[in-house]
Amino acid sequence: MGRTFQRPERMRMFFKKYYSEIYQLGINSIGIVLLISFFIGAVICIQIKINVQSAWMPLWVSGFTTREILLLEFSSSIMCLILAGKVGSNIASELGTMRVTQQIDALEIMGVNSASYLILPKIAALVTMIPFLVTFSVSAGMVGAYATAYLGHIITPADLTAGMQHDFTQWYFWMGVIKSVFFAFIIASVSSFYGYFVKGGSIEVGKASTNAVVSSSVLILFSDIFLTQILS
Amino acid sequence: MIEIKSLSKEFPDKKVLHGIDCRFFDGKTNLIIGQSGSGKTVLMNCLVGLLEPTEGHILYDGRNFVTMNKKERTLLRREMGMLFQGSALFDSLSVLENVMFPLDMFSPLSYKDRKKRAQECLDRVNLIDAQLKYPAELSGGMQKRAAIARAISMQPKYLFCDEPNSGLDPKTSLVIDKLIHEITVENNMTTIINTHDMNSVMGIGENILYIYQGHKEWQGTSSEILSSNNQRLNDFIFASDFSKQLRKSFEEHEEHLP
Repeated sequence: MGRTFQRPERMRMFFKKYYSEIYQLGINSIGIVLLISFFIGAVICIQIKINVQSAWMPLWVSGFTTREILLLEFSSSIMCLILAGKVGSNIASELGTMRVTQQIDALEIMGVNSASYLILPKIAALVTMIPFLVTFSVSAGMVGAYATAYLGHIITPADLTAGMQHDFTQWYFWMGVIKSVFFAFIIASVSSFYGYFVKGGSIEVGKASTNAVVSSSVLILFSDIFLTQILS
Repeated sequence: MIEIKSLSKEFPDKKVLHGIDCRFFDGKTNLIIGQSGSGKTVLMNCLVGLLEPTEGHILYDGRNFVTMNKKERTLLRREMGMLFQGSALFDSLSVLENVMFPLDMFSPLSYKDRKKRAQECLDRVNLIDAQLKYPAELSGGMQKRAAIARAISMQPKYLFCDEPNSGLDPKTSLVIDKLIHEITVENNMTTIINTHDMNSVMGIGENILYIYQGHKEWQGTSSEILSSNNQRLNDFIFASDFSKQLRKSFEEHEEHLP
């Protein structure tokens, strides 16, 4: 851990790696984030409208609940659980393969701090990109909810808009962003740990990848309880 | 010159190296030979600092690597180049970027000069036409040559090669051996090659260390190896029927000489 957060030998090389990680871990995840959020946003809206809303509730309840679920939990915690699978396995398998093919040893022999060179840009890149991914997720979820209104005619757009705008608390958005930054740190650091310390061959790389996803997910779930309590 | 003094390495379950004393000379291809599991790789890993020796000293031109602090070691490592068994080229970088990597990391040269130096190295190993390719697009021999180019890009004083011919056909192996030998002489480097390829031993072995079960068993040159009376060395060198016949005819030939 200490070696990871040491000052990089060459800032030029750090930023080169940082930008490439932003692309690999962040930009490349936008597609899956938009896709999942769109459908989950739509499904939440349908479920609330059909199964929760009843005659004695105001018409804006479906839109309101959809927004709150997206802001408070889905776009931060659940999206990070999904990213733990995609990004976590990517990081662990990349570093694990570099370890078993002696690429990390090659860096060490050159005199490069391999932990700082390989891990720090990943953590920095994911922590940088996660607020954007959360924002995209919330937006795509809301677009999905509107799709049920305009295309599925499950709810009227006016009722949905009324619900989306009802009693909006800006802090909920920031709470999601803050939580996601913690989760991004967990995903990148835990996955890097499992990948960096792989010993053996391809089977161990596979195991490290699985362990990285499982451990990151469990840590995200546990920390979510504490963070929600602290931030609420 | 690299000097090893009473070097031992012990793992929790096994002692692998037992008090090895040896010298590796400048401008020469120094070979470490021995059977699989004899401790060659452990010795090389101790030399480059990937493993910590349990006892003993490693002197790089008088500088004790074992007692150095982290910063001193990092600086000394910049004088080292290493060719790994599996080449260890960075998958995500092109051949040119791989060779430029140590220069990008540590050289004060401008981008233009770094690129020029990397291209000179690639030209030296006859790989200039493949500079824009990625490691996965190269053959085993080409990967080894690219790794040599990367290892020499910073003009190291010490070059370490871990089984440079493994997985290569005999003809390509000869090309790699010749290349390493020429580069060693040209740059007056201390080159240490870890091998069990007998063609390498006979072709470029100027100073050969034979390790048997973690002990230094024999040291000499490629010309001395054929006439050695060391039974363990002979069992290793002339392990195949073909080489036994070769030795027999060599001895018969010597007997018939006036």
